Amino acid sequence: MSALSHYLLLSAVLFSLGLTAVLIRRNAILVLVGVELMLNAANLNFVAFWRFGPDPNNLDGLLFVLFSIAIAAAEAAVGLALIIAVYRHYKTTDIEKISELKG
Amino acid sequence: MTFAFATVALITLAGAIGALAFRQIVHSVLSLAITFTGIAMLYLQLGAQFLGFAQFLVYIGAVTILILFAVLLTRNSGPVISGNPYSRNWASGMGVGVAVFACLSWAITRTPGLTPTAPPEPQATVKAIGLKLMSDYVIPLEVIALLLTAAMVGAVVIAMGDTKKPQSQAGNKAMESINPSKERA
Repeated sequence: MSALSHYLLLSAVLFSLGLTAVLIRRNAILVLVGVELMLNAANLNFVAFWRFGPDPNNLDGLLFVLFSIAIAAAEAAVGLALIIAVYRHYKTTDIEKISELKG
Repeated sequence: MTFAFATVALITLAGAIGALAFRQIVHSVLSLAITFTGIAMLYLQLGAQFLGFAQFLVYIGAVTILILFAVLLTRNSGPVISGNPYSRNWASGMGVGVAVFACLSWAITRTPGLTPTAPPEPQATVKAIGLKLMSDYVIPLEVIALLLTAAMVGAVVIAMGDTKKPQSQAGNKAMESINPSKERA
């Protein structure tokens, strides 16, 4: 087992925890928290592959994570704004009670 | 596995498990901040100083605070949450999580050719990152700037709520809603 696979395994655990948070939490904010965890796991993978890849002086992996962080920040802002708008309408953030589109 | 990596990995995982499992939303979000700190430390360990500090600033400084404000604004049931904070189908959710982890770890441990040793420490200075950002990545940089502006405007518009009502009506309504309470008082 190399150091790279340690980082990859840690990232896999983080991704699974984030996915579990998305699936089992009822509060919409915590679902967003799970999405953030998954994004961070993916970023960690990028940095690990950049560091252990054949040419770390090529900074592509780093810049990918930089753009990913910017997009995650935008996603968090819009997601939380949506949650606040939904809360204003339904007076709840419980995603099991917001089920009007359910067939 | 070095001691430093093991410590930081443990902190990160503990924070993530807390974010997943705490019953109170505020505790979950603060636990998420610990996870973000751990990930920033992992970036520093991997030699990506700029990314580590960007992670600190953006995630701990901005995203966590934003989420805390959202918790504050959507809070209706006092400090103690009543009812089950987990979904009714939590068992199947956990099952999916475990299955995904099993799949990923199987793929990671079975993959040959994951390099056993790290290449020499790269020169990921801020200057090098800035030069790359301004040469090869200048179009993505501009697109990101546009995206952030659009996201900011969109977030404000979505969260602004209903302002379509004429001012006079809204004022009358407000007066009506205030007056009865005054009479009762």
